[in-house]
Amino acid sequence: MVDVMHGVPESRPADESDDVELYHPHSWITKYVFSQDAKIIAIQYSTVALAIGLVALVLSWLMRLQLGFPGVFSFIDPDRYYQFITMHGMIMVVYLLTALFLGGFGNYLIPLMLGARDMVFPYVNMLSFWIYFLAVLVLLTGFFLPGGPTGAGWTLYPPQAILANTPGQQWGIVVMLVSLILFIIGFTMGGLNYVVTVLQGRAKGMTLMRMPLTIWGIFTATVMALLAFPALFVGAVMMLLDRLIGTSFFMPAIVAMGERLAHKGGSPILFQHLFWFFGHPEVYIVALPAFGIVSDLISTHARKNIFGYRMMVWALVAIGALSFVVWAHHMYVSGMHPAFGFFFATTTLIIAIPTAIKVYNWVLTLWQGDIHFTVPMLFALGFIVTFLNGGLTGLFLGNVVVDVPLSDTMFVVAHFHMVMGVAPILVIFGAIYHWYPKVTGRMLDDRLGKLHFWVTFLGAYLIFFPMHYIGLMGVPRRYHEIGAMSFVPPSAATLNEFITVVALIVGAAQLAFVFNLIWSLKQGRPAGGNPWRATTLEWQTPQTPPAHGNWGKTLPVVYRWAYDYSVPGAAEDFLPQNQPPDPRTA
Amino acid sequence: MAVVLGFIVIVAAFAGWWLSRQHLTAKPWLEVGVIGEAADPTSPTTAKLGLGTFLVVASSLFALLISAYSMRMGMSDWRALPMPTVLWFSTGLLMLASIALHMAVIAARCDESGPLRSSLLAAGVCSLAFLCAQALAWRELAVSGYFTAANPASAFFYLLTAIHGAHVLGGLVALGRTSTRTFARPKDLAPTIPRELTLSVELCAIYWHFLLLVWLVLLALLMRWTDDIIEICRGLLT
Repeated sequence: MVDVMHGVPESRPADESDDVELYHPHSWITKYVFSQDAKIIAIQYSTVALAIGLVALVLSWLMRLQLGFPGVFSFIDPDRYYQFITMHGMIMVVYLLTALFLGGFGNYLIPLMLGARDMVFPYVNMLSFWIYFLAVLVLLTGFFLPGGPTGAGWTLYPPQAILANTPGQQWGIVVMLVSLILFIIGFTMGGLNYVVTVLQGRAKGMTLMRMPLTIWGIFTATVMALLAFPALFVGAVMMLLDRLIGTSFFMPAIVAMGERLAHKGGSPILFQHLFWFFGHPEVYIVALPAFGIVSDLISTHARKNIFGYRMMVWALVAIGALSFVVWAHHMYVSGMHPAFGFFFATTTLIIAIPTAIKVYNWVLTLWQGDIHFTVPMLFALGFIVTFLNGGLTGLFLGNVVVDVPLSDTMFVVAHFHMVMGVAPILVIFGAIYHWYPKVTGRMLDDRLGKLHFWVTFLGAYLIFFPMHYIGLMGVPRRYHEIGAMSFVPPSAATLNEFITVVALIVGAAQLAFVFNLIWSLKQGRPAGGNPWRATTLEWQTPQTPPAHGNWGKTLPVVYRWAYDYSVPGAAEDFLPQNQPPDPRTA
Repeated sequence: MAVVLGFIVIVAAFAGWWLSRQHLTAKPWLEVGVIGEAADPTSPTTAKLGLGTFLVVASSLFALLISAYSMRMGMSDWRALPMPTVLWFSTGLLMLASIALHMAVIAARCDESGPLRSSLLAAGVCSLAFLCAQALAWRELAVSGYFTAANPASAFFYLLTAIHGAHVLGGLVALGRTSTRTFARPKDLAPTIPRELTLSVELCAIYWHFLLLVWLVLLALLMRWTDDIIEICRGLLT
């Protein structure tokens, strides 16, 4: 190894590092409710995201009940079915996954992993959470307004989204759009913090190439989100104007229910461009933090340095850049010039290269590692397999000629649930099992965790694997009830029943996870400061859970990269990033 | 979507240039010891970076709006609007506000309290007058029968000017806070302008220059001076 510098004190003296004007709470309210501490904000974000995620889980149960046992549950009429689909999709993608990865893990891990005391703009950070919370409340009001929430599908395609007889056309679509606008404003406030903290808040010695991949993933995803969310913002504002004041941005001249509407001259395709300009990067906004986190989980629990760190960083950046030039692959069936189809199919398939590099590097990190089958590791391994499966069906759908016949079938539902539903959720679970001890000071129960993993992992496969076959048979998606179709064999109905039963079981298993989260708060085994014997800075805080300001009097100094596991000749099988070099081995 | 693709290419080029200076080819597993110095999170650079990042987000928003506008313009039923002449007046006002804030920065850096106060005041008044002029333009169009829903061009006109105006309003909140702090200082007792106040004035000035630049681009678009460029962009994509 090359030693860059020796004889540097372990941490900087207080007078050098403590000139940060740290926000200090003065009351219970400012400490735990309107807190400006990124750790509290992270917990607030995570709690709200998980709670709203449970609502979306129940909605998926209701949808599955209808698909598995059509006609049995009379309260699930077609309108309600579409409302459940829409809310389930939007909540899971935006209000759970995006909020939890960036608002939850981003807030908790960026300052701690980089050796900072807090985010650089704490007040704006606090506003970010409260605006997100308001967005969630506005979204939920849809359930209680006349007409219920919107049933336009999570893509909210006009003109159908604002036409009469689409469920929730009255107020549901309005609150959905307002909620999205609020979410984007809130996210932008948080996103500015994440980016600038990574640029300006790193501890001494923490170069960009020493940052853990978790931070690289969150950083790249945040930059992407800051560029992509404005597209949804523009689309939402324009559709809101179409709905409320009768403009025609997206509404063409149209005859509905025998009546000619006042709208004329709008372009529904314009909305699709705007939506997918946001929508495709959104897939990677969710995936990149998951890639980063899973890299750290695998390295820590296999006691081995990450294979190809530089390549992992470059791949993250390459995926981020490429994801902005693939959006129209969601619009093959909307019709486009064949040259465009060729272009977007090519860019889509090129993304497989950096993604495959990452998968190879995860597998090569595991190769000859000292693999500990802890709960976080199980979830990380589950992610690799699931992401690979979902990614491979993405190669099918990326090709225009294959996509066109499959586009409106359950095959697509199975594909995107594997790749951006189950895969990132597995990482979220793994990450919660991994960092819960730092957040609370106590371990989550291991047996319950393993039960949770196996039921979720196997259950997800039992749900979504058969769904590919149903799709290949030609069973359409978005249908409330398939009815009798000559090309659908009766076995499809049996398979649907099976999927529904498994979905109910997997959903119930999540309650075990919620119970574990609450029970372990008080009853969990005390974790100590660094239960996984990990190298990154968040495990080296003087207190667990980390106190306000994170680092006591002195900020840490970073001497090495984040993956010094099983270093030959070292006394322990891990060397924390803030451990100075040993002069004897230099 | 040619405009937004162009914007993304510019951002990607900048990001690539920045990343190329970050030693991404380093081999961190071989380097032990302290490398480099920590940035100071309390330095003015942090606030400027924060504003810079926000301006990139806002640019993305306007690039998308312009993209949507140019896509819609390409359709055969597009009918252009008669542009209100008051727009020339509002452009002049925003220019004056931007110049006033530039002078405020110079005054703050030279510790001249009096010119700083008058420049901030002038910037605030010009910006408010700009918003009023925009409202007059709205009224003029509405009176001539081009209210929001009249046709796609008028809907876009109202949308673009409203979103730009909302950004001016947001800036006025920051400018108001900066001005309050400036006017609250006793003029004679503290001859030097504190670093934080100078920074606030600088941030306001950067933001106003950005608002002016965006407005000039929007004006060129609305006045149809850029039709040829848009046509070329469209030709490139098709």
